[in-house]
Amino acid sequence: MHELSIAYNLVEIAADAAHKAGAQQVASVHLRLGLLSGVVKDSLLFCYDIAAEGTVLAGSRLEIEELPVIVHCDECGADTTLETIQRLACGNCGALTMDIRQGKELSIDYLELETDDAAENTANSAGRTEQE
Amino acid sequence: MQPRILQIQQGVLNKNDEIARGLRARFAAAQVTTVNVVSSPGSGKTMLLQKTIERLIARGYRVATLVGDLETDNDARRLAEAGAPVRQITTAGNCHLEAHMIEEYLGDWDLEALDFLFIENVGNLVCPSSYDLGEAFRVVILSVTEGEDKPLKYPPIFNSSDLAVITKIDLAAAVEFDSEAAHASILSVRPGMSIIEVSAKTGVGMDAWVDLLIKRHKSE
Repeated sequence: MHELSIAYNLVEIAADAAHKAGAQQVASVHLRLGLLSGVVKDSLLFCYDIAAEGTVLAGSRLEIEELPVIVHCDECGADTTLETIQRLACGNCGALTMDIRQGKELSIDYLELETDDAAENTANSAGRTEQE
Repeated sequence: MQPRILQIQQGVLNKNDEIARGLRARFAAAQVTTVNVVSSPGSGKTMLLQKTIERLIARGYRVATLVGDLETDNDARRLAEAGAPVRQITTAGNCHLEAHMIEEYLGDWDLEALDFLFIENVGNLVCPSSYDLGEAFRVVILSVTEGEDKPLKYPPIFNSSDLAVITKIDLAAAVEFDSEAAHASILSVRPGMSIIEVSAKTGVGMDAWVDLLIKRHKSE
């Protein structure tokens, strides 16, 4: 199971970004996961809490958006969404195709941060003062 | 506390991919053809590599191998008998190789002195599919004893490979292997993939396989 290793990579990137943004807490991490990425959603969810422990992501939710495979067909020109990854065939004319337009994603989309209101307000008013 | 959205838009395996790109550039500069070999455990990967290395050496090519295993260096010792330098990567429980392991274990190996570098990945049809190791191409092995529908059970690894080798073809009749069905399931998950059938034991198909490797090496 390589999902633990994937989870550690994910946490490292997200925690780094959260720190840079000055977040004290992260509510959720949003991931885009293609069905051909080779990563299993449930295993990744299971590993996430372990990887997040002791980081700014501890206690946050991992939200995974699963993306079906979309292929482009050279024969008829159609872009179709596959019902199954067991057959990479055009949904329109049935020709086999390796022109994969979606479905290999394994990327962090965005984080939902919880920031301290007071700190935020101070930062905002400081910004305004500078502008004035 | 107010929620705030922070856009990231970054690949989870960016770090691995970056190291892999660096490796690919090094391999290309040294004109060494790197082959990442993936399969399930017991598919005959080590035997195939052993016989492949012997044939390549006999034809004057310089070959080295990196072998990934959870534990033991048995495979490395078997491959060393074929006469090429071998380094063992013991992953200590990790189910796949990652690009940083390749970088680390290559160490001071003189890539200029090589024509082929084989990377025998950990026997596993799931995990290695996500990790680019900087290889020129990925070979997936399917033995006749595993069943013709295996590709349909593990689409990502077959889909991410460039070439399929069906091994232990000498046992095909005994296990009633349906070659046509196996080809159909491979092509269903990975349209257009070249498929070679071999028996490392009897030598059937080995010349075609080695010729293909050499052709690929010359085209680089």
